[in-house]
Amino acid sequence: MKTYQKIGLAALAAVSMVACKPKGTKNVVSGDAAEKVYVAPGKHDEVYNFVSGGFNGQISVVGLPSGRTLKIVPVFSVHPENGYGFSEETKPMLETSHGFVPWDDQHHLALSQTKGEIDGRYLFANANNTPRVAKIDLTTFRTTEILEIPNSAGNHSSPFLTENTEYVVAGTRFAVPADGQGDVPIESFKENFKGYLSFIGIGKEDGKMDITFQIEAPGFNFDLSHAGKGKSHGWFFFSCYNSEQANTLLEVNASQNEKDFIMAVNWKKAEEYLKAGKAKKMAVEYAHNTFDESTQMAKSEILKEVSVLSAKELKDICYLIPCPKSPHGCDIDPTGEYIIGSGKLAALIPVFSFDKLMQAIEKKDFSGEFDGIPILKYESVLHGEVQKPGLGPLHTEFDGKGNAYTSMFVSSEIVKWDIKTCKVLDRQPTFYSTGHLMVVGGDTAKPYGKYLVAYNKITKDRYLPTGPELAQSAQLFDISGDKMKLLLDFPTIGEPHYAQAGPAELFTKNQVKFYKLEDNKHPYVTKGEAESKVVREGNKVHVYMTSIRSHFAPDNIEGVKVGDEVYFHVTNLEQDWDVPHGFAIKGAQNAELLIMPGETSTLKWVPLKAGMYPMYCTDFCSALHQEMQGYVRVSPAGSNTPLIYSLNNKKDNAQSPVKQGETK
Amino acid sequence: MKTNAIQKWSKVLLILLGIGLIVSIFVPIWSIFLNAPQYPEGLAMYIHSNKVSGEYSIINGLNHYIGMKEIHADEFWEFTILPYALGIFAILCFLAAFLNSRKILYTLTGVYLLFGVGFVFDFWRWLYDYGHNLNPQAAIIVPGMSYQPPLLGYKQLLNFEVWSYPNIGGGIMIGAGVILFILAIMEFKLAKKSV
Ligand SMILES: [Cu+2]
Repeated sequence: MKTYQKIGLAALAAVSMVACKPKGTKNVVSGDAAEKVYVAPGKHDEVYNFVSGGFNGQISVVGLPSGRTLKIVPVFSVHPENGYGFSEETKPMLETSHGFVPWDDQHHLALSQTKGEIDGRYLFANANNTPRVAKIDLTTFRTTEILEIPNSAGNHSSPFLTENTEYVVAGTRFAVPADGQGDVPIESFKENFKGYLSFIGIGKEDGKMDITFQIEAPGFNFDLSHAGKGKSHGWFFFSCYNSEQANTLLEVNASQNEKDFIMAVNWKKAEEYLKAGKAKKMAVEYAHNTFDESTQMAKSEILKEVSVLSAKELKDICYLIPCPKSPHGCDIDPTGEYIIGSGKLAALIPVFSFDKLMQAIEKKDFSGEFDGIPILKYESVLHGEVQKPGLGPLHTEFDGKGNAYTSMFVSSEIVKWDIKTCKVLDRQPTFYSTGHLMVVGGDTAKPYGKYLVAYNKITKDRYLPTGPELAQSAQLFDISGDKMKLLLDFPTIGEPHYAQAGPAELFTKNQVKFYKLEDNKHPYVTKGEAESKVVREGNKVHVYMTSIRSHFAPDNIEGVKVGDEVYFHVTNLEQDWDVPHGFAIKGAQNAELLIMPGETSTLKWVPLKAGMYPMYCTDFCSALHQEMQGYVRVSPAGSNTPLIYSLNNKKDNAQSPVKQGETK
Repeated sequence: MKTNAIQKWSKVLLILLGIGLIVSIFVPIWSIFLNAPQYPEGLAMYIHSNKVSGEYSIINGLNHYIGMKEIHADEFWEFTILPYALGIFAILCFLAAFLNSRKILYTLTGVYLLFGVGFVFDFWRWLYDYGHNLNPQAAIIVPGMSYQPPLLGYKQLLNFEVWSYPNIGGGIMIGAGVILFILAIMEFKLAKKSV
C-alpha cells in the first residue's frame, strides 16, 4: 500500500470515529438485579465485606449485597473521628522504629482460618510503606496489634495466611539491603539487595504475632502470595517480578524476561532448619505494639533481633517456577492442587499443578539455578494454560465448584474459566480497569461463593463527578448461575485493593456490645461519679472524669494554669449497647475522644492561653446531649487560683459540694 | 369412716403447694418488660422475693429524664419480709398435711388470702408512687402525665410500651391461693357432711 493511501485510510477512519463515536461500554443490568441487592429496611445484609482502604490506611466494612458502608476501622492512620492514634491509649499503636508513623498504604486483608475455613476471629492487614502487619479483633472491630517488619520495604505480598492461621507472611516488594546495611551504592543492587520473606507466627489462644523467622531470598520484587492448603499445606507461593534485577526505569528494564518466577517455599522444611539452629540471628529494630483489652491501653516495645534462614545456603526450602510475564497474583484453588500465576503482561494464564511440582522436585527436574535456588522446568510443573483470557490478568478467586474468576486490568473485565480444562466459560465487562476481585470466601478451602466483587480503579461516568478525583468503585456480581450477572455498582472509600468477606453470622455471634465496667482495669479508671477527682502532680493535672447521659463529673474545674499538661481520663459509665459519649475541649490540638460504654480514654490537652474553655460531648447521646458540657478555667502560669472541681456547683441547686483538688 | 381426717389427695396437694411456695422464694415473682423504638431488643426487670434483677439500672438511667426515682433493692422493706412469709406459708402447708389439721388449713387459707390482697395492694401502691412521685426539677415534664406501670397487662407510657406479668413465682403464688381456697371449701363441705 502506498503511503498516501495509508494516510487517506487513517483520515477516513478518524472522520468516521468522530462522526459515529462508539456508544462505549454502558452495561446492561438484568431485570431482577435490583431485587437481588435490595435489603429491606430493618433487615441485615447477608455478608460482611472487609475492604482495604489503600492510601487512606483504614479498612471499611461494607454489607453485601446492599453495598452499604457500615464502618471505617482505623488501622494504620490516625482517625480524629474517635481519637485513634490521638488518645494516650492508642498513640503507641502507630509507633515504629522510625518513630510515630500516623499513616500508611493498606492493600491486602486476610480473615483468620481454621481448617481452611473462615473462623470469624481476626482480620489481618498489611501496611506497605513502613512495613507492618496489623491484627483487628472482630469481636470489637478494633485494631489490637501492629507488628513492624524489619529488613523489608513495601510490605506488599502480605498478609497471607496458612490454613490454620499458623503463620501470616510479609514479603518485601522492594528488594533492599538488610536494615543497617543500606548505605551502599544503588548500582551494587545485584550483590547487596535481597528479598526478605517474614513468617509471623500467630499464638493459638491469644493470636499474638511474633516473627518466627525470615527467609533471605534473591533480590526480586515480591508481589503477592498465597499459602497452600489441603495437600499443599506446608508450602507458600510468592509471585516475583524483576528477575532482571534492574534498578532503574523498571517499566522497561524489568519487563524484558519472557518469564519471571513464582517462588515455592517449603515453610515446614524452613521450620525444621530453624529448630536445627540453621538460622543466623540478625540485629534489627522493629516495633511490636499491642492493645490490652483489660487495661484498654496500648504499649509499644522495640524488638532487636530476628532469625534469618538463607535460601541460597539451605537448598531445599525455596524453588522457582518460571511464570510468564511479570507475575502479579498468585492464587491457590480450594483443593490446594492448582497454583494460578497471573503474568500481568502475559497473554495467557498459566496453571501449575502441585502434584507435578512435587514430582519435579523429587526427580530434580531443574532447568538451572538462580542465585543458588533451583529453577524447575516450566513444562514439568504446568497443568495447562488458559489461552486468550483477556489482557492484563491480575487476580484469581474461586467458587468451590471448579471455576476460577480472574480480573483483567487492561481489558477491564472479569473472566470465568474452568480450572480442569482451562477453558474460558464467561466474561463480563467492569467499569473500569479492575484490580483485585473477591469471591466470598474465595481464597479458602470452602468458598461461600454466590457473590463476586470487582474493585475498580477508574470510575469515569459511573457516578456524579466529585472534582478531578472521582469516587473509587466496586461492582457486585451474582455468580450463582452459569453466567455472571452484574447486580450493583457502589462507591468505596479510599483505594480498595484486596478484600475479604464471610457470611454475617460468623462475625455477629461473637460481637461485644459494651465493655463491662467491673472488668475495666485502666490505671486511670473512674468507676462512679463519687470517685471522680482532679489531681495535680507538678505541671501535670490528671482529671478522673466520668460521662453518663447527660453530664460529665466533674463538669467544672478551676485552677489549671498555662503550661500545665492536662490529662482528661474519661470513663463512660454507661452499660448499654450503642451509647458512646464524646469528649472535646476548645483549642485541643489533637482530636476528640469517642468513648465506648465501660471504656476509659485519655485526651492530653495543653492550654496555651489563660481563659475559659468549654468542654462538651460530641456524640448526640440523649435528649439532654446539648446540656452535656462543662468549663475549665485556665489561669496564667504562676497564679494561685485554687485547684477545685465540682459537679453542679451553683448555690441555688447545689447537689454536691465544690471539692478541693489533690496535689501530690 | 374417719371424719376429721383431711382427704389423701388434699394432703398431696398441700405438700406440693408447700414445695411450690419454697420454690417461689428463689425464682422471679413478677416481670416488667419495656419496649421503645430505640430499644428494639427490649428491657426487662424482674421482681424476686428478695431483690430486683434484669436491666433495671438502664431503666433507672432512662427514667431520670422524667424524674422517676431510681430503683434500688435495699430501699424495699418488702424484700426483708417476703422470703420469710413465703417460708412460713410453706411450713403451714406441711403442718396442715402432716398433722391432718383442717384448722390449720382454714387458718392458712385465710391468712394467705389476706396476704395476697395485701401483696397486690402493696405492689400497686409501689407502682403508683413510682409513677406519680416525680422530681419537679425533671428535664422533661409532660403536663398531666404520670408513669405508673400496669399492675397486670399492657400500657403505653410515652415512647415506651410496658408489659407487666407474673413470672414463675407469681404464678405459683396465685395458683396456691386458688387451690388453697378450693381445698378449704371442699374440706369444709366434707367435714360438714360427715358430722
Ligand atoms: Cu453524651
